[in-house]
Amino acid sequence: MLDAAPLIRFSQVSKRWSSATAVRSLDVSIAPGQFVVLLGPSGCGKSTTLRMLAGLEAVSGGEIHIQGHNVTHQPPGARGLSMVFQSYALFPHLSVADNIVFGLRSRKVPKAERRERLAKVAEMVDLTAYLDRKPAKLSGGQRQRVALARAVISEHPICLMDEPLSNLDARLRSDMRRDIKALQARLGMTVIYVTHDQVEAMSMGDRVILMQHGEIVQDATPGELYNQPATTFAASFIGSPAMNLLPLAEGLEAAIIEGVPETPVAPLAAATGQLGVRPEDITLRGSGEPGIPATVISDEYLGADTIIHLAVGHHTVKARLAGRQTMAPDTACKVAWQPQAAHLFGSDGKRRDDLAPYNLMPDMPGDVDARVVPRLPNVGSFSI
Amino acid sequence: MQLYGALLLLPAAVLLTMFAYLPTVTTLISSLYLPGFRGAPAEFVGLENYRLLFDDPTFWKVARNNLLYALGTIPTSIALALAMALFVNARLPGRGLVRMAYFTPTILPMIAAANIWMFFYAPQIGLFNKLLGALGFSGVNWLGDPAVALYSVMAMSVWKEAGFFMIFYLAALQAMPPELKEASDLEGTSRWSFFWRVTFPLLMPTTLFVLINALINAVRVVDHLFILTKGGPNNATNLLLYYVYENAFAFFDRTMAATITVVILLTLAIIATLKFTLLDRRTHYQ
Repeated sequence: MLDAAPLIRFSQVSKRWSSATAVRSLDVSIAPGQFVVLLGPSGCGKSTTLRMLAGLEAVSGGEIHIQGHNVTHQPPGARGLSMVFQSYALFPHLSVADNIVFGLRSRKVPKAERRERLAKVAEMVDLTAYLDRKPAKLSGGQRQRVALARAVISEHPICLMDEPLSNLDARLRSDMRRDIKALQARLGMTVIYVTHDQVEAMSMGDRVILMQHGEIVQDATPGELYNQPATTFAASFIGSPAMNLLPLAEGLEAAIIEGVPETPVAPLAAATGQLGVRPEDITLRGSGEPGIPATVISDEYLGADTIIHLAVGHHTVKARLAGRQTMAPDTACKVAWQPQAAHLFGSDGKRRDDLAPYNLMPDMPGDVDARVVPRLPNVGSFSI
Repeated sequence: MQLYGALLLLPAAVLLTMFAYLPTVTTLISSLYLPGFRGAPAEFVGLENYRLLFDDPTFWKVARNNLLYALGTIPTSIALALAMALFVNARLPGRGLVRMAYFTPTILPMIAAANIWMFFYAPQIGLFNKLLGALGFSGVNWLGDPAVALYSVMAMSVWKEAGFFMIFYLAALQAMPPELKEASDLEGTSRWSFFWRVTFPLLMPTTLFVLINALINAVRVVDHLFILTKGGPNNATNLLLYYVYENAFAFFDRTMAATITVVILLTLAIIATLKFTLLDRRTHYQ
């Protein structure tokens, strides 16, 4: 995955507080120009990792290298990186222009060069008209851009971002996602981006590092994260609504979903684990066709698609259908999925690629090479 | 509805009028009259009282003392308060204890504090002279020497005031988001530079507030003079308000006391206006 020498390397980095461990022996290498997203729920250690890299938090064990230098005990200013804070951390008494060039003044960049760089960066983030304003007179999005400009003007190769979009409203957030990504690509910056928002991670990251309890769960591209979740946690964290996880039980000759003894879904060896299938991968079919018997509980219309809640055995399964679908409660039907859409997890929660889930749709062969999400045609014409 | 509002205002308005505005106005009026003898009506003399006051060398001495006192105590106590606040705002072991120690002088009543300092300053058995003696220096008559006495009084005032102002600075410092420091650390900004470029400007509203308070205190607080020096020796430590007290209740010259009071009020009003107009323009309020 890494062709160039790593720009940033964590080796065995840990952070312990007096009572708890925030990060345990982390090993990560980051290549120049990557957009790396640290993703995880709150308290998973992602922000601590970022702050250790920035030098704002002392490391309890291990080493951090930037560009081949051991910076583990270097002060933040000597590490050659810039940072965008969740709260933006703008200086309230300084104008936008003074905020942006704050760091250049600290580093005694000559005035003429400061002015030149300011003009260029202000143009880039579209703040030229606001340079004389105080931060209090700016909107959330504009403040965010000031913080971004302050990071960009430093011309440091590495930019750290700590949930930079979480204070913005939803519409602005999607605009800023694209702006940040475009800026990163244009300047060739290496960005380490912390977020708990899977949409940001999936849409911006070249590489997503999913963390839980201070450890890396999966370090992969967004596509791999979605298509081959390494654990049940990864499976349930990515995707909305979350992947259905069905505990498996031992059937006569194969593993079955609890409460559905008549339909084998996986080899017997999978019986102690769980079977995961994404709501968008589930096909609903008439009760006469092959598949797993299910009963409709309710439907939930979301605009672009509809989530159908179904009872399967002892469990509830969500299926996502395109467009508007109405299904009466208590309707009996069958659920099915392509074998490559099903994920098997062992009793430890880890993905098991050694076992192949059974094909529930022998009548409808899926495309094996390119993964196809078998959505129903958007007509609502299937009959039960 | 307006009546309702006026009624709500009434208690405060009555109290303010009775105890602040009315006395101010009567003071102003009585500074323009000479009292009549043996029940004769007071005589309007215009600014005659002010001419008399400005011809009084003791008044000028007291005014100079007070100016010196203000110039000596205000910047010192503010700088000390800021330094202490920065110190106890940092992560240091037992900072709760240190904060309390710094604040203790403020809790003490002025009279009690002055009594403690009486002991420090006592010529023979006092703490300072004992210490000096132990180091082989001859003692100083801290409160008895006209050249030293005012500075001794000032030192005590600084000690008493700084802890009080520290609390305001400490509160302001704790309201400052820690990300500002982190953002500036990432740019390699030195501590010194961060203080002058960020901390100090952001503390300006507090500084202004403390400054006004310190100024008022410099003219208002005289309790310690009663214990320490009674304005002596030879008016060396006499301050304006104590002089007002002396005129009113020792010399029974109410008119002169009223005249000095008006002068003090005017001076304070002018200084406060100047401060708020000039400094406010350069102060960032959040």
